[in-house]
Amino acid sequence: MTGPLLEVDGLTVRLDVRGAKRAVLRDVALTVHAGEALGLVGESGSGKSMTARAIDRLLPRGAEVDGTVSFDGRDVNALAGADLRRYRNQIAMIFQDPRAHVNPVRRIGDYMTEALRTNLGVSGSEASRRASDALTQVGIDSPTRRLRQYPHELSGGMLQRVMIAAALLTEPRLLLADEPTTALDVTTQAEVMAILDDLRHEFGLAMVFITHDLELAAAICDRTAVMYAGQIVEIRESARLHDDPLHPYTAALAAARPDIEATADRLVAIPGRPLSAFEAPADECGFAPRCGYARDECRAGLPEITELDGGLSRCVRAHELRGELGAPANA
Amino acid sequence: MSAGPVSAGLTVTTPAAPRTRRLSGLRGTGVAGMVSAAVIALATVAAIFGPLLAPYNPNLPNLSLAWVGPGGGHLLGYDFQGRDVFSRLLAGAQSSMLGPLFVVVLSMAAGALLAVIAAWRRGAVDSVISSGLDILFAFPGILLAVLATAIFGAGLTAAAIALSIAYMPYVARVLRGVALRERSQPYVAALEVQGSSATAICLRHLIPNMTPLIVAQATIMFGWAMVDLAAISFLGLGVQPPQANWGVMISENQTGILQGYPLPALSAGVCIVAVVIAFNVLGERLFEQAAGR
Repeated sequence: MTGPLLEVDGLTVRLDVRGAKRAVLRDVALTVHAGEALGLVGESGSGKSMTARAIDRLLPRGAEVDGTVSFDGRDVNALAGADLRRYRNQIAMIFQDPRAHVNPVRRIGDYMTEALRTNLGVSGSEASRRASDALTQVGIDSPTRRLRQYPHELSGGMLQRVMIAAALLTEPRLLLADEPTTALDVTTQAEVMAILDDLRHEFGLAMVFITHDLELAAAICDRTAVMYAGQIVEIRESARLHDDPLHPYTAALAAARPDIEATADRLVAIPGRPLSAFEAPADECGFAPRCGYARDECRAGLPEITELDGGLSRCVRAHELRGELGAPANA
Repeated sequence: MSAGPVSAGLTVTTPAAPRTRRLSGLRGTGVAGMVSAAVIALATVAAIFGPLLAPYNPNLPNLSLAWVGPGGGHLLGYDFQGRDVFSRLLAGAQSSMLGPLFVVVLSMAAGALLAVIAAWRRGAVDSVISSGLDILFAFPGILLAVLATAIFGAGLTAAAIALSIAYMPYVARVLRGVALRERSQPYVAALEVQGSSATAICLRHLIPNMTPLIVAQATIMFGWAMVDLAAISFLGLGVQPPQANWGVMISENQTGILQGYPLPALSAGVCIVAVVIAFNVLGERLFEQAAGR
């Protein structure tokens, strides 16, 4: 196997907020191999979506980017014009709110076939045929009728499936899914996830799956990266993330999720509030103020991300805490 | 992928949604809007078929009939040279309507182009375009038109081009705001990620989605252009007599107002005012609809 399909290294992004440059991502590093699914988990404002936006070059104006994003060995940040468009043809993005991300006055068919027709030069009839096949693949019946409908005539779950079908039409190599099921109700969510997982395996597609749901990420991703305050605090095989986390934050996230089998008087919560990346101190662990395991050494310096037991953790006490973090962190 | 029962439950049929909306669009403008549309339709018919519909030769003078009032099949009487006023109104519709149309098309095209470029590129490009527009705002349309006719000679074309330039900043400013709003819609970002080119996104999505406001703006602008062009023709810098034109008719028959024969000048004035009001009312209604949507 050759190098990773997507490699992000030392990615730091600062945005212009009322004249001041504020960091939203700090030293983010991750790799995704062809056919692999990486989960990206974190609270609101932790930088999950910004990471995706940095990967597909959709950052807001005035963003200051340090570090590298390379796709298939090419530096993404150096791409411009036709090269950038060609790169974007190889990635596809699925958004949280499908309704906002389609032009409301164009038919489903126009939406689905546009990329094929204008970017890849596929003929109109061929594009429609492929679109209707793709709709069948995501479990939408009478596809030819759907192609003639407008977005407002479809339900949210249906529209998300249309988006998935459209994303796969251009045969991308990497799929960026930005909370694709958050706006859907639970049964639709399960269905959409199943479709996404099936198709991903069928096409051997690499995926970055962004969610705030640790369990959901663990269920369909090979590895999961946990983000906090613009940093990746842990990357680990999904299967072991829940029971054997390497970072206190991951453990706290897992503990904060209510368990369907246990009745609790009071749900476990992480004390304090999530920090934005720009609020996080530059010289100590960003999670220390909310962390039950914090000691003086945590405030002595910004922890490096270090390898441990096949995963990566950004906690200075990770070694000491092995075995302790699996249980609910209620210190 | 067991999606059968779910999708079956979601069957919604709303045939031809946009067509019904467009129809209700004109109907939704109310009685005033309908009347305005009728006036505009009438003026348009006159502009196209005017010379054919004119009962008499609009350019044949008969000085013995000068200032003679209505009667004998001459609905509005004769003008200062003894030409049939009604025939001249019909014949004059063409240049009176064509001039504003030219101004609207030209200023809308240039304005929309600048607006979309400014909104798409933002930053420095937007600043340069916006400051350029601010400078153009300083020149009143009529002044620019007088200047143009002084350089290129009197005539409708020079005046219309000058007016188009003077109107362009108004169009560009309104449309820039609309384009900026549309550009920040998530679906535009989705198209960018898809690898669509900026030109394709602008031409296929941005501009089509701006059309309701473009149409509304164009309608109001038509009224302004008509008044300004009539004023320029009145000053003798636009359409040249003996060619029939409503502005020219007011100018050449103005002495009649003082001499007790106001009908020739007034009838041309009424035509202008009626069409301008109609365009304004319709434009406002369309604006309300486009904004309220």
